[in-house]
Amino acid sequence: MELNSRVPSGPLDKKWSNHRFANKLVNPANRRKYSVIVVGTGLAGASASATLAEQGYQVKTFCIQDSPRRAHSIAAQGGINAAKNYQNDGDSIHRLFYDTIKGGDFRAREANVYRLAEVSNQIIDQCVAQGVPFAREYGGTLANRSFGGAQVSRTFYARGQTGQQLLLGAYGALSRQIRSGRVQMFARREMMDVVVVDGRARGITVRNIMTGEIESHAADAVILATGGYGNVYFLSTNAMASNVTAAWRAHKRGAGFANPSFVQIHPTCIPVHGDYQSKLTLMSESLRNDGRVWVPKNKDDKRRPADIPDSDRDYYLENKYPSFGNLVPRDVASRNAKEQCDQGKGVGSTGLAVYLDFAEAIKRDGRDTIWKKYGNLFQMYEKITASDPMVEPMMIYPAVHYTMGGLWVDYDLMTTIPGLFAIGECNFSDHGANRLGASALMQGLADGYFIIATSVAHYLGTNKFDKASEHDASFIDSRRWVEDRIARILRNSVGGTTGKCTVDEIHKELGRLMWDNCGMARNRQGLEAALAELPRIRETFWNRVYLPGSNKEINQSLERAGRVADFLEFADIMIRDALAREESCGCHLREESQTEENEAKRDDANYSHVSVWEHRGEEQEPLMHKEPLVFEFVTPTQRSYK
Amino acid sequence: MSSINLTLKIWRQANSDALGGLETYSLDGIHTDMSFLEMLDVLNEKLTKEGKDPVAFDHDCREGICGMCGAVVNGIAHGPEKETTLCQLHMRHFKTGDTLVIEPFRSRAFPVRKDLLVDRSALDRIIQAGGYVSVNTGGAPDANGLPIASQRAELAMDAAACIGCGACVASCPNGAAMLFTSAKISQLALLPQGQVERKQRALAMVAQMDVEGFGNCTNARECEAVCPKGISIRNIARLNREYLTAVLSEG
Repeated sequence: MELNSRVPSGPLDKKWSNHRFANKLVNPANRRKYSVIVVGTGLAGASASATLAEQGYQVKTFCIQDSPRRAHSIAAQGGINAAKNYQNDGDSIHRLFYDTIKGGDFRAREANVYRLAEVSNQIIDQCVAQGVPFAREYGGTLANRSFGGAQVSRTFYARGQTGQQLLLGAYGALSRQIRSGRVQMFARREMMDVVVVDGRARGITVRNIMTGEIESHAADAVILATGGYGNVYFLSTNAMASNVTAAWRAHKRGAGFANPSFVQIHPTCIPVHGDYQSKLTLMSESLRNDGRVWVPKNKDDKRRPADIPDSDRDYYLENKYPSFGNLVPRDVASRNAKEQCDQGKGVGSTGLAVYLDFAEAIKRDGRDTIWKKYGNLFQMYEKITASDPMVEPMMIYPAVHYTMGGLWVDYDLMTTIPGLFAIGECNFSDHGANRLGASALMQGLADGYFIIATSVAHYLGTNKFDKASEHDASFIDSRRWVEDRIARILRNSVGGTTGKCTVDEIHKELGRLMWDNCGMARNRQGLEAALAELPRIRETFWNRVYLPGSNKEINQSLERAGRVADFLEFADIMIRDALAREESCGCHLREESQTEENEAKRDDANYSHVSVWEHRGEEQEPLMHKEPLVFEFVTPTQRSYK
Repeated sequence: MSSINLTLKIWRQANSDALGGLETYSLDGIHTDMSFLEMLDVLNEKLTKEGKDPVAFDHDCREGICGMCGAVVNGIAHGPEKETTLCQLHMRHFKTGDTLVIEPFRSRAFPVRKDLLVDRSALDRIIQAGGYVSVNTGGAPDANGLPIASQRAELAMDAAACIGCGACVASCPNGAAMLFTSAKISQLALLPQGQVERKQRALAMVAQMDVEGFGNCTNARECEAVCPKGISIRNIARLNREYLTAVLSEG
């Protein structure tokens, strides 16, 4: 597997413009002759589809939900970063770049991160032009707030529904192109395979969720915008349908998978409260701007929070990190919450929660101000927990939220399969070992609106294409493989339910294994045990899973089973990746590698690389390759938020 | 935490062509901290273990924002709690012995595909008709070059909060999609970015509503009562004004 990052030469701030100039173009009149498939309609997929269609390409777009407007980007609450420096508080492209690469604990590519910071300002301009109703100051200018891991106010927001508003903007642009006929939209399709012809991605195989039919779609290039794999843990803040299948099938067809063990555990989520729980709900990190995190000083203190005086409270983030306080990056905040709970100081009925307290902010700014900022989040919290954060502190606990790992891509966002691109959370490119708050929306839209069209033009402009057809052998083979696999999944369902188990039971077992051993803190012993345990769960799935219904109809159990089957395979490289990286960095805390103060301790001499996994068939162990990370413009330091 | 016992009467329909009907299930030991959809998960797990077909229903984010879930519970779209999607409705609002009648969002423009799962693609086509500002990617002027009064931006945001779930259609006696359509038209009519296409947008989106088979508004206000995002029917008044202005000057 060759890993050529194709990072352009030249000074950091010239790389992107040099690259755009060096890349080939496609003449506007010729663009209609090319077709591009986009899978996924979140921020990355919807913006890419719209932009490519506006430029004149024939686009076929696919989504798993009933409408492209429902992709999980919609659930992002807090905001989107940009280096506008509208607040005149010292921000710049270089500072956004530096914060992002430092926040990622120096495990991302400099050139990619710089480009992200560079295009961030255009994103805000574009979204405002579309009519996205960002929050405004009374003078009519755009409002900003600060977010974890940054000391400037660079986050643009639309109440607590920023993701929704940005996605509806991109969905509007996509809808316009659907109306014009340049985008053909296929909703309720689940991607099952990438079709590779003569070494290049030429199409996909999908399952029509409404009919069960297996369909082929051919094109000249394929873009995956299929999101992250947090649902491998069963419980996460991801939407129920979020899955690894598209990325995993691409991986099995030859796309390298980078840093699969890098998973962000978000510090402010509503704690788990029962076995029946189907998902976890995030409370925007913006709450940490005004909320103070604390636990009782004494672990046996069972008083109501209001009855515990300040002197008996431990505001552990403020005490430990005086300069960032409650606004430390997510990985640091999560780890500290776990540490407090491990020491027995957790609160609530399970002891797996810490307080996030707004009492002081309400006293300082007044009820109205706090309600205006966070009212919708407070309502959401109250709906779920029946407790009002205006009256008593919220209880929060970390939960799986975002995956920094993903398909390996070069500077052009192309995977190791020529013609197969990956954008948004689906790729690994910009966040290193930890993503800063309000940067996911920025990356999704940067990739979709401002980067991918350049890459696609270059790829199409430098290659010759024979027409690919759904009747070609590769397409037929792919369809057959998909159908066989579905038949195999359904195999155990004849002859009743005795001795069988359900998809969810197996998924929960996998989730527990991953959370316990490959979650917030990891060690060799646990990881090795998990790796040994995994084949047994996989075997249970293939020998005992019971699925009602058939393949040729709406069958939601079958949909889930297909996804769980892929998670069960994928978990293997996640664990291997966590094992192989014997350092701590960002989200990845190897207990063997900590500073004296229990902070993540990097080992740059041995692990300053991206680990990229190659699939070598079902019978062989996967092979790890390394893309060395070279820092020309910044000096990796031990992160300190004190 | 306490638990309750329920009787469920759920609409079962194999596909669009099949005849549907209510089936009765009893479900015991439901924790009151569960969400409504988690209660359905428990039912489905039970049905699966009994070798029966689980109830099909749409859902995705389970945070009340994607707009994918929805069913009519005891005659009310998204159930009895105000401004709450079905996924955010919790079982503590019910008591032991309750009978819940659960039906799909029904409307001429929303064909039932299976059980509680309906086809709402008509709403997408209304947006495709003009629910956007026609700007291509690139070349947008500096975002702060266009000051917008905060109050106006807030009003636009109130309308933009629509999640496209279709509860408004399901609860309207006329099967109208006026609240949905007016939310988008309002958002863009209130903002300077939407001015250029303002009239064209109102005409095209209303025409598409008619094509899809949605009915007309008679101010029954059922839509506003069930809207999980609290979208006001003032937006419908604004839509009517926008439409009238457009017809009189363009039509």
